[in-house]
This record gives sequence, structure tokens and C-alpha cells, in this order.
Amino acid sequence: MLRKRVIPCLDVTEGRVVKGVNFVNLTDEGDPVELAERYVREGADEICFLDITASSDNRETMLDVVRRTAEHVFVPLTVGGGIRAVADMRAVLRAGADKVSVNTAAVLDPGLIDQCAAAFGSQCVVLAVDAKQVDEGSWEVYIHGGRTPTGKDAVEWIIEAVSRGAGEILLTSMDRDGTKDGYDLALLEAVRKAVSVPVIASGGAGTIEHCVDALQPGRADAVLAASIFHRKEIEIEDLKEGLVAAGIPARITR
Amino acid sequence: MTRVVVIDHGAGNLVSIAQGLSRAGAQVDVVDDPSGIGNAAGIVLPGVGTTGAAMERLASAGLVEPLRQWDRPLLGICVGLQLFFDHSEEDGTDALGIIPGRVQLLEGAPLLPHIGWNDVTFEPDPLFSGVAPDATFYFVHSFAGVPDDESVVIARTEYGKPFVAATRTGNRVGVQFHPERSGSAGLQMLANFVSECEEASDVA
Repeated sequence: MLRKRVIPCLDVTEGRVVKGVNFVNLTDEGDPVELAERYVREGADEICFLDITASSDNRETMLDVVRRTAEHVFVPLTVGGGIRAVADMRAVLRAGADKVSVNTAAVLDPGLIDQCAAAFGSQCVVLAVDAKQVDEGSWEVYIHGGRTPTGKDAVEWIIEAVSRGAGEILLTSMDRDGTKDGYDLALLEAVRKAVSVPVIASGGAGTIEHCVDALQPGRADAVLAASIFHRKEIEIEDLKEGLVAAGIPARITR
Repeated sequence: MTRVVVIDHGAGNLVSIAQGLSRAGAQVDVVDDPSGIGNAAGIVLPGVGTTGAAMERLASAGLVEPLRQWDRPLLGICVGLQLFFDHSEEDGTDALGIIPGRVQLLEGAPLLPHIGWNDVTFEPDPLFSGVAPDATFYFVHSFAGVPDDESVVIARTEYGKPFVAATRTGNRVGVQFHPERSGSAGLQMLANFVSECEEASDVA
């Protein structure tokens, strides 16, 4: 049976993992390779790196982090942040990533999704969407790390992106992000109904129950979280066992 | 030292495959043309993306015939396995044709692509030596091979319906999942392949 996935996300800048609130007051949380290795030992099904600097002069530093991680970590690695062209995606894949997520650049130039899917296959192309609720049952896409509203409807954008070749959706609720109030279940359900590619839930995880709720049928296929894992508020192994106890198929490594 | 070459046909993560093979004691060379193969004891044919794009790149690098004629150990991974078949329905491409059969869209799959860790039911084979029967492996694909002759199948996985997860035809083995992304069980399989390469070169 296909397992539901637990994915720790690491925000990386200048070769270090950082954590902050709304991209300010960043604190150093450690070496990305060491943290990724720790998560894999604890049962992470996949690792996600988000390059939050993403200015072009730091690309080499990020590629080096990806390369060193791929040498030490034998689970899938998704890398996002600053991917603006097929060449950026190729560099990240060749450094050792398995999947690449696109966000702002894809909104500004949706053809980027077609180009990346044609070059590397849909299975490599993750569409990351930052969605903010505007009304009951409707969400707007934000770009530039959540700073710029686009006027685009999130569900319609996701349908378009999948038709262009996105193979997976990394769906962040901006309303829930950082709140630890639980994932936006209505958003997950709306997207699940609209497309038939895997959906990764992001934003709002605070407890094991939140993950159980997000992974129910008709919602997400994977849960992504950052701070609750960094700070060991939830141990990944405990989360996996909690999922299994709640009847959700998860990969137990302990 | 056993020399294993990994074919680089332009896409995908080769870092973890190379690292997994060298951890098992192989001398690993990543090559993109036939001259790089030389006296290798074994070849790994990885692959992401589409079979059509992969066949184009293999053809332009002059690698199609060398791969067809290779009779030492060969490991195809994901699209690498799909390339073993006659034909892929993904983009209507003829592939290497070393296993009679076709590559087809996963039938009855709940969602596509099939992404994530899944069970693999395998038959006794050196490739799975030392792998726990309940080990799970990482898949990311929408298509899978359908061989004419079922006896080449050494492992199956179920996603909606059962599909072929691994094949063996003599020295040629293929896996639809990614051993280089499947934790310790996957590393064990890469080590098993390196052992197979060592044994084959001892005989030769």
C-alpha cells in the first residue's frame, strides 16, 4: 500500500538552515546536511529544502548543499526557491535533487511548467502555491514569498498548472502558516477535488492530530512542516506511529 | 576494484546512485559516451523524464547499440528499466528492445504520478538478497513495463492494480522504484548489484 509521507522542510540561506517569522529575525538552526541526516534517521520520508535567499549570487552555495546532502541522505530530496528557468532546474537536479518546486516564476511565466515537464518529466516538477483565503471556499495565490497578491484563484491556478505538467502540488495555507492551529482542510479538499496529482499539505501543523486530519481520504497525500520538527515539538517517529494508530498508512522505520 | 559505470544521459540525480555504488566498494565512473564504458564490470542505466527524451539522448551519444549488446550485469532504474522494453506508450517511442513487451500507463491508479513509498513483493533473486520482505521502496512514475513473458518478473507492487516492480533477464536487472532513494533497503540492493558485477568479472 502506498504510504502517506511526512516531509520536514528546511529553509536554507547562505548554506545554513534558518528559522524566522515572516522572513525576519532569522535564527541559525544548523547545518542542512546534518539536519537532513537527523530527520532521515528519525523516519522522514523525504526532505524539502527551500532556498530563501534565492538571489543568483548564492546559487552555487545552494547547489553545494544539495550535492553534499545527496551524498549522505538516501531519501528523495525536493529543492525550491529561485528556480526561474529550465537551466536552474537542471543544475539543481544534477546536484542531486529528485524534484524541484516552482512558485513565483511559474505564476509570472506559466510556460516554465511546460518547459520543465518536457525536459525532465512531470514527476520532477512540483508546483508550490502560497494560498490565502478570500472567502469561504476561495483562496488567492500570493507570490514573492507571500508578499505579493496576484488576483489569481488558487484552485484555478492549480488546475492550469497540472494541465501544463506539474506532477505534484505543495500547498501552503498562508492563513495557517506559523499558527499551529492545524492545516486548512477546506483548501486541501478543494484542491484534491480539482486535480488528481499528489498534494502536500503545508502550513499550520501543531499536533499529530493535525497531520491525521490532513491525511484523511479526500485531502492530502503528504504533510510538510518545519518548526515543529526542528524544535522537536513533535518527533517524526512519534508522528509516524500516531498516523498508523489512526489507521493511516505510514512508513515505520523504528 | 570493480568498476561500475553510470550512464549520464542528461537528466536526473546521479549523485546518490554513484554514492550508493561506491559505498558498496565499486569504483564508479559517470559516462556519457561509449568510450567511457571500456572494461566496466557493470552498467547502471538510470533515468527520469520520458522514454522518448531518454532514447533521443542515448541515440545521439551512440549508446543504443553498446547497451543492446552489453552482456555483463546491467541495472536499469525507473525510466532505465522502461528503456529495456520494445516500445513505450508514453510518447510512442521504440526503446532498446531487450525485453519483449511494452511500457504502459499505470492502469487503475488512484492518482498519477504514483509518488511515494510502497511495498514490493519480490521473488528470491540475488538483487533482493538481505532485503527484508516488509521493506518499502520509493517510486515516482506514471508508466510501467508490461512484459510479454511473465517469467522475467521478479517483483510486483500494487497501486490500484498490480504492476511490474522489477525484472531479470540473465545479467540484466531492472527496478521501477529508486533504490538510491529507498534508504537502507535500497543501498542493500545497490550493494547486491555491485556483488553481481564482481562475480561476473571473476568468471570472465
